[in-house]
Amino acid sequence: MTDKAAGPAWRRRPMSRSLPWITTPILVLAFVAVWHFYVAETHISAFILPHPGAVWRAWIDLLGNGRAWGDLVVTLYETLFGFVLALFLGVILGVVLGRVRWLETTLNPFVVALQVAPKVAFVPLFVVWFGFGMTSKVIVATVLAFFPILTNTILGVKSVELGHRDVMNSLTASRMAIFRRLELPSSLPYILTGMEVGIVLAIIGAIVGEYLGGNSGLGYLLIAKMNAYETDGLFAVMIQMTLLGFILYFGVGMLRRLLIPWHQSATRTGV
Amino acid sequence: MSVAESAVAAPAFALAGVEKWFETPEGRVHALSPTDLVVRAGEMIVLLGPSGCGKTTLLRMVAGLAAPSRGQVRVMDRDLWRNGRRQPEAVAGLGVVFQDANLFPWLTVERNVALPLELRGVSKDQRDERVRRLIELVGIAGFEKRWPRELSGGMRQRAAIARAMSYEPEILLMDEPFGALDAMTRDAMNLELQRIWLETGKTILVVTHSIAEAVFLGDRVVLMSPRPGRIDTIVDVPFARPRTLDLQGTAEFQHIVTNLRYRLGATT
Repeated sequence: MTDKAAGPAWRRRPMSRSLPWITTPILVLAFVAVWHFYVAETHISAFILPHPGAVWRAWIDLLGNGRAWGDLVVTLYETLFGFVLALFLGVILGVVLGRVRWLETTLNPFVVALQVAPKVAFVPLFVVWFGFGMTSKVIVATVLAFFPILTNTILGVKSVELGHRDVMNSLTASRMAIFRRLELPSSLPYILTGMEVGIVLAIIGAIVGEYLGGNSGLGYLLIAKMNAYETDGLFAVMIQMTLLGFILYFGVGMLRRLLIPWHQSATRTGV
Repeated sequence: MSVAESAVAAPAFALAGVEKWFETPEGRVHALSPTDLVVRAGEMIVLLGPSGCGKTTLLRMVAGLAAPSRGQVRVMDRDLWRNGRRQPEAVAGLGVVFQDANLFPWLTVERNVALPLELRGVSKDQRDERVRRLIELVGIAGFEKRWPRELSGGMRQRAAIARAMSYEPEILLMDEPFGALDAMTRDAMNLELQRIWLETGKTILVVTHSIAEAVFLGDRVVLMSPRPGRIDTIVDVPFARPRTLDLQGTAEFQHIVTNLRYRLGATT
């Protein structure tokens, strides 16, 4: 029965689970060592590639800098705001398109066209329309995060098992009950996959938005470091951005475990 | 209920001239030719036939999951369909068990069983009490809090039966309920089904393609044949209840099975 089937996998898991905890630090150390020796041996200009020690010091500086924390909060705010907006719009529209076949067929060419269009190209336009403040960045983040959430929601609603629909039908469930008790929970694993892609794209959207205009946010800080020829600072900001990405991505992973504990993806080790 | 009483009692459900056509890209398919069938209240009736004989189509029309192209289905003396619309009062007396358990994987076993009651707005106290009794009735006590994926196929199907019975429908419709199970589990489930039927006195319609299962379970076996789907013969099975698995070894049992097999061979 279940116990037997789970047996071998359960016995193998501790090994594969603990392995990254050993290998990851070793690989990171090896990477830093190669970096160190490369810089030391080639005497490459610190402007092109700074020593890892210099990057480390620049990062520590950044952590002690109140202004830099402010920039992080701005980017975090834009990312989350844009992401939540995308989630809201993407799920609602996805449910509608997933249910109403003719509407999906009608809108499909536009969805595909917008999906294929390099959305970063819209950034200057958004700056023109919404100014140099946070709004334009929020909108860029929304636009980028929207599509993976939309397409995954559509897929989720369409993937509702016919047998499950029969059950609700034989119970004469109302449309609302079918949505709340069948379509939504059944689509949740798909929506969460869309969210995992979406949150990463939202960060990209916010940062690219900051490149082009405004005077705050990690993207702005990055460009400022570049203009000041502080390459070590540039690296430090990149580290901050990556850490922000990690935290948000793990946040969605936590949601997965919280919202769909019944699904296999919630028990498997993420990342 | 004695035989005389059940004969005068209103039928549990009845089909009058029910016919079904399916539109497919290759043209119209005659899934079921005009069919009449009257099922007595409290009867265990089995639809038996090869694939394509329209037995599942017939069940889905009684369940209100598919509309007949022509004819009328009456459930507990009510028209199931009126102007192409399903009548909710008529469906309320029906419980359906499908070939797959179709439990919702995001609900625990007990919440799955309670789902129909939740949809009907039954209070939590009443729900808990009824779900507890049902879970005991179908023999899966101790597994209430588990996810469906943690259960074996037979246990999932038991939960599905409990779910279908939760709102106490008069009629249970079962579409190859044990078709996906291994032979031993299947025998056990058939005994269980008989026990549940004897304890509750429901009307039960079972669809199967196993001749032995049909004869073991049924008061009557409705043999169907394909192209187009229709009722071939209806066979009375006179054995006393409760029936045991040993019955399957007796000459009388084998006699009925052989006759049915012969008819099946002649019609396909």
